[in-house]
Amino acid sequence: MAELTYREAVAEAIAQEMRRDEDVVFLGEDIGAAGGVFKATVGLFKEFGPERVRDTPISEQAILGAAMGSAMTGLKPIAEIMFSDFLAVCWDIVANEIAKARYMTGGQMSMPLVIRTANGGGSRFGAQHSQSVENWAMMIPGLKVVAPSSPADVKGLLAAAIRDPDPVMFFEQKSLYPIKGFVPDGELVDELGTAKVLRDGGDVTIVALAAMVPRAMKAAEELSAQHGIEATVVDVRSLVPLDTQTILREISKTGRLVTVEENPRLCGWGAEIASIVADEIFWDLDGPIIRITTPHIPLPAADALEDATMPSAERIVREIVEKID
Amino acid sequence: MATKPKAAAKGKGRAKAAPKRAAKGKASLANDDIGEDTRLALWRSLLEIRHVEQRAYDLFLQNLIKGTSHLALGHEAVAAGFATAMQKDDWSFCTYRGHHHTLARGASMEGVLGELMGRQCGLLQGKGGSMHLTSVEHGAMGSYAIIGAHLPIAMGAAWTAQYKKTGQVSVCFFGDGTTNIGAFHEALNMAAVWKLPVVFVCENNLYMEYTPIKDVTAVHNPAGDRAASYGLPKIVIDGNDADEVYRTAQTAFAKARAGDGPSLIECLTYRHSGHSRADPGDYRPPGELEAWLKKDPVPRYRERLAEFGISKDVIDGMDAEVLAQVDEATEISKASSPPGLELIDVDVWADGGTAWRN
Ligand SMILES: Cc1ncc(C[n+]2csc(CCOP(=O)(O)OP(=O)(O)O)c2C)c(N)n1
Ligand SMILES: [Mg+2]
Repeated sequence: MAELTYREAVAEAIAQEMRRDEDVVFLGEDIGAAGGVFKATVGLFKEFGPERVRDTPISEQAILGAAMGSAMTGLKPIAEIMFSDFLAVCWDIVANEIAKARYMTGGQMSMPLVIRTANGGGSRFGAQHSQSVENWAMMIPGLKVVAPSSPADVKGLLAAAIRDPDPVMFFEQKSLYPIKGFVPDGELVDELGTAKVLRDGGDVTIVALAAMVPRAMKAAEELSAQHGIEATVVDVRSLVPLDTQTILREISKTGRLVTVEENPRLCGWGAEIASIVADEIFWDLDGPIIRITTPHIPLPAADALEDATMPSAERIVREIVEKID
Repeated sequence: MATKPKAAAKGKGRAKAAPKRAAKGKASLANDDIGEDTRLALWRSLLEIRHVEQRAYDLFLQNLIKGTSHLALGHEAVAAGFATAMQKDDWSFCTYRGHHHTLARGASMEGVLGELMGRQCGLLQGKGGSMHLTSVEHGAMGSYAIIGAHLPIAMGAAWTAQYKKTGQVSVCFFGDGTTNIGAFHEALNMAAVWKLPVVFVCENNLYMEYTPIKDVTAVHNPAGDRAASYGLPKIVIDGNDADEVYRTAQTAFAKARAGDGPSLIECLTYRHSGHSRADPGDYRPPGELEAWLKKDPVPRYRERLAEFGISKDVIDGMDAEVLAQVDEATEISKASSPPGLELIDVDVWADGGTAWRN
C-alpha cells in the first residue's frame, strides 16, 4: 500500500492503462509538457511522449470531436476538459454525438472513451469554475457517470472507465486533488456501477458523492460522538449505472435517507434517488427524505459565502439532528 | 482502377484545383488520365444517387416517407467524384444532407430507402432516420444533423489513421452555412497543426437553409477564402463536374497519405429542390434554378462520356440498369416490416442493453 494524493492517483491510473494498451491516448489543454493545470497528469508526457499525450489548442469541441472520431475508429482516447464548467462549450459533442452514436446507428458504432474533468467547488474560483455538473451528464441516455471521493477510487474507477467499452464522464472533484489516501500496490481496476458502504449505523443512511463523502463521514462521527445517532454512509461513486441494490438495501436497514449533494437544488442526483426510494421502498421509510444540497444559486466566490452555501459537515449534523431526532 | 494520383499540390496561395485533362481538343480514351473503368464507375454513382433521390421525392408524395429529408439532387458529382477516388477503408462523414454520400460509399439502396421509410431493412433499423444514415462497413461513418459537429469528429478519425500509420484518409462533407460555426474553425486549426490526413469538403450550394450564404458571410468563398487562416491553399472547384471533383480528390488524398496534412476544398454546386421536404425554395430569384439546371452534373457527364467515345448503348444501358435496381430496392423497402418494438431496448451500451441501474 502506498499513500497517494487524489491527483497522483489520476496520473497513476492513466499510466497503468497506457502501459498495457497502445490504443490508449490522452489529449487536452496543458496536459502534456505542463502536467495539467491541477498537476494531475505529471509524468505522462515524459513516459509516453507527444504522440500519445497530446497538447491541444483551446478548442473543446475539437478535443471531444477528436476523442469521438478516434474512439469510433479504434483508439481508446482519454480527453481532459480542464474545468467541468467548460463542458457547456462542447456539450453538443457530449450530449448529441457521443452519447447517441451507438443507439442511433442501430449498434454500428462503439465509443470507448473517457472524458475527465475537474468538477465542483471549494476552491473560491467563482461560479464559472466551480460548478458541480454531474447531473448534466446523468440526464443524457448513453453516458456513464463516475465521481470518486478517494485516491484509491480514483485509480481503480478511472482504470475501469478507460477499459469500459462505453463513453464515461469522469468527474474529479478539484478540492480533493491534495487529499491523501492509501492505494493498493500493483494493478488496480475497480468496477463501475458499484456504490460503497463506508460506515455502518442503525439510525440513518447518508448517501453522498465525491467531496460530500468526506464531509458526510465527518458528520457521522460527530453525530455518534455528540448526539448518539449512528449513521450509515454510502458513497454512490457511480451515478450511471446506479447501484440501486446497495443504496436501497442500506436505506431499508435504517428507514431514514439523507442525500448530501454538492449540486444546486433542482434535478440533483439525490432527487432521482428519492424518487426511486418513493417508488420502491416507500413502506420501509420511517420518516421524510432529507435532501441537503447547495441552494439553487450560482456558486459565490468569497470563502465566507462559498463555505456557507456548499453542504458542510456542521450543516449535515444540524439538519439530521433537527429533522430526525 | 488504372489511375495514378497526381502529386500533391504543394504550396502557396491560390492552387488551381485540378490538373487539366490530358487531351486538348478532341477527347480520347487513349490518353485519358481517368480511364474508361473509372468513368463508368463515376457514371454509375451519379445515376444511383440521382435515381434514389428522385425516388425518395416520389415516396414523400405517396406519404411513405415520414419526418424530414434533405435531398442532394444537384450535388451528385461531389459525392461520386470523392467516393470514387476513395479507397475502400477510407472514412467519410457527412451531414443530414447525406443520402448521396452514403450511397456513393456502397451502402445498399434498400438500406437507404428503407431507413427513410422507417422499415426494418433500413441501414439503422429505423432508429436513425433520414438525417443519420451510416454504414460503418462501407466506411460511411455517419450523417450528422447538428451543424459543424462532424468536422472535429472526422478530424479525430484522421488522428487514428495518423497514430496507427494506416494510410487511411478521413473525408468530411459539409455545407457553406457550416463555415460560420465555431466547430469549423476548431477542427481546421487542429487538423492543420497536427497535420492530419483529413479532407474537408464544402458543398457550396449558395444557401444556408433559406438565407443566401453571401448575406451572412464576411468573405466571398465561404470555405476557400478561409483556407489561408489555417495555412492551406485556396481550392474552389466546379462541383458539378465529376471529373474535376475526382481529380481534386485524388490530389488531396495523395497529399494526406503523404503526411502533408489536411485540405479544404470548396465545391460550387446547387440543390435542385428545396432545403428539405417542407421547402418549395420560393426565396430563390427567378432564373437561378434554370441556369444551374443547364450545369446539371448528370446530363453533363452523359455528354462527357459520349465525347470520350463511350457508346450510347453502354451509357443508356447503365441508366436503365440502375433504375431497375431502384425499383427493386423500392419494392424490398415497401415489403419490409416496421422495426420490431424490441429494438427500443437495445444498443445504448456495448453490452447491447439500455440498463442504467441494477
Ligand atoms: C447547430 C445548428 N444550428 C442550426 C441548425 C438548423 N439547420 C439545419 S440545416 C441548416 C442550414 C445549413 O446550411 P449548409 O451548411 O449550407 O448546408 P446545406 O443544407 O445547404 O447542405 C440549418 C441552419 C442545425 N441543424 N444545427
Ligand atoms: Mg448550403
